[in-house]
Amino acid sequence: MMTGAFFENWFLPGIWITLQVTFFSAALAFVVSFVVGVLRAAPSRIVRILAGAYFEIFRSTSSLVFMFWIAFTVPMLFHIQFYGMAAGVLALGLTYGAYGSEIVRGALAAVPAAQREAGIALNFTRIQRLRRIEIPQAWPEMLPPFNNLLIELLKGTSLISLITVADMTFSGNLLRLVKGESAPIYTLLLVLYFVLAFLLTRGMRLLERRAKAKIGQAPEKTGLFGGLRSRSSIDAVTGTAGTGGAK
Amino acid sequence: MNWDWSNVDAFMPRFWDGVLVTLQALAGGAVIAFVLGLIWAIALRSPTRWVRWPVAAFTEFIRNTPLLVQLFFLFYVVPEWGPSMSPLVTGIVGLGLHYSTYTSEVYRAGIEGVPAGQWEAATALSLPKRRTWTAVILPQAVRRVIPALGNYVIVMLKESPQLAAIGALEMLGEARGFSNETFTFEAISIVGLAFIVIAYPASVLLRVLERRLVR
Repeated sequence: MMTGAFFENWFLPGIWITLQVTFFSAALAFVVSFVVGVLRAAPSRIVRILAGAYFEIFRSTSSLVFMFWIAFTVPMLFHIQFYGMAAGVLALGLTYGAYGSEIVRGALAAVPAAQREAGIALNFTRIQRLRRIEIPQAWPEMLPPFNNLLIELLKGTSLISLITVADMTFSGNLLRLVKGESAPIYTLLLVLYFVLAFLLTRGMRLLERRAKAKIGQAPEKTGLFGGLRSRSSIDAVTGTAGTGGAK
Repeated sequence: MNWDWSNVDAFMPRFWDGVLVTLQALAGGAVIAFVLGLIWAIALRSPTRWVRWPVAAFTEFIRNTPLLVQLFFLFYVVPEWGPSMSPLVTGIVGLGLHYSTYTSEVYRAGIEGVPAGQWEAATALSLPKRRTWTAVILPQAVRRVIPALGNYVIVMLKESPQLAAIGALEMLGEARGFSNETFTFEAISIVGLAFIVIAYPASVLLRVLERRLVR
């Protein structure tokens, strides 16, 4: 069904590109979500409004349209050229970072107020308080929704095939054009994405277990086939805190 | 190149065509997602594992694979042995099927949120199973999940540009066509703004609705 040469020249590099894009955009989204998430609770009103505006605007943006805009409009309008997958990574990182900022904000807000007050009483600066008191306690709460968001991001990386980055989906499409058959190719693609999502979930569950052990909580019991998504009060897809969710 | 408003004017008729197609895709997709999601949610509470397991595996698989690849699958693979569908219909089915796996989780949470006493009362009154669901459980469950379902409609709106990849001429498809024909770049910016202009007020509206309905 699939010639060896094609598989080696296109499909394997495609998987590699998908992994790279997932990694880089996840890293960018992670940074953005922490910066914006923390700033959304900043003492200064202007900073709060700006960070909130970032969240609202990027949450309302269609990531595919934004990706097209960065890949095709920005180079023409501002004379900036992006190389390879940079446009895709930028678009994915900025939009998923906005969803992530709600996770960070929600988890930080859920840390008991007494903890923050204790930090103030000990004359900690705001940065010290975040680093030493608030983030370590909020971190285990963030991991389940981050896991869900990471799977969404992995699925989102398929969009970069539309701005002609040769990822898994792109090589699948190419293979369809070359071979003229589609059933085995798209089935394989779907299975590959599912396997990657499964592996990412395993990794995130491991992190979660460690983080919970560090602050003395028992891990949530989930079997090997307990589903890939984590139960969380924050909906990573809609970027909202627990609308009618599990209560 | 500089911004040229005359290109925007030239794009406008096609933009409205695109808006119409986007809204059609959204309406059709939302109906499928709402109905199928409810079916999944009820099937996942079935007493027989021969119903539960396949449905769980299927929804889990759909939820964790990209909509884009599913659209390609529906568009290129399904016609080999099934009905061949137009790009828009494929898109509606794809969107609906994909997000039904999310709405089923929303319904699940809503059903679990109905107090156990309601189930017990239905049993005590020896209501038949069908009537327990339609007259007791679902009216209470659905009411509190309406805002969450609405949020998924907004998510579907933002994902609908993927339909352009299989040739449906919704907003992004029209913008891409226009840009390629005229070598201009304004169209995509307009479409990007349009998404924000639609999605942001919608999400504000849902937050208001949520405060009203959930309590």
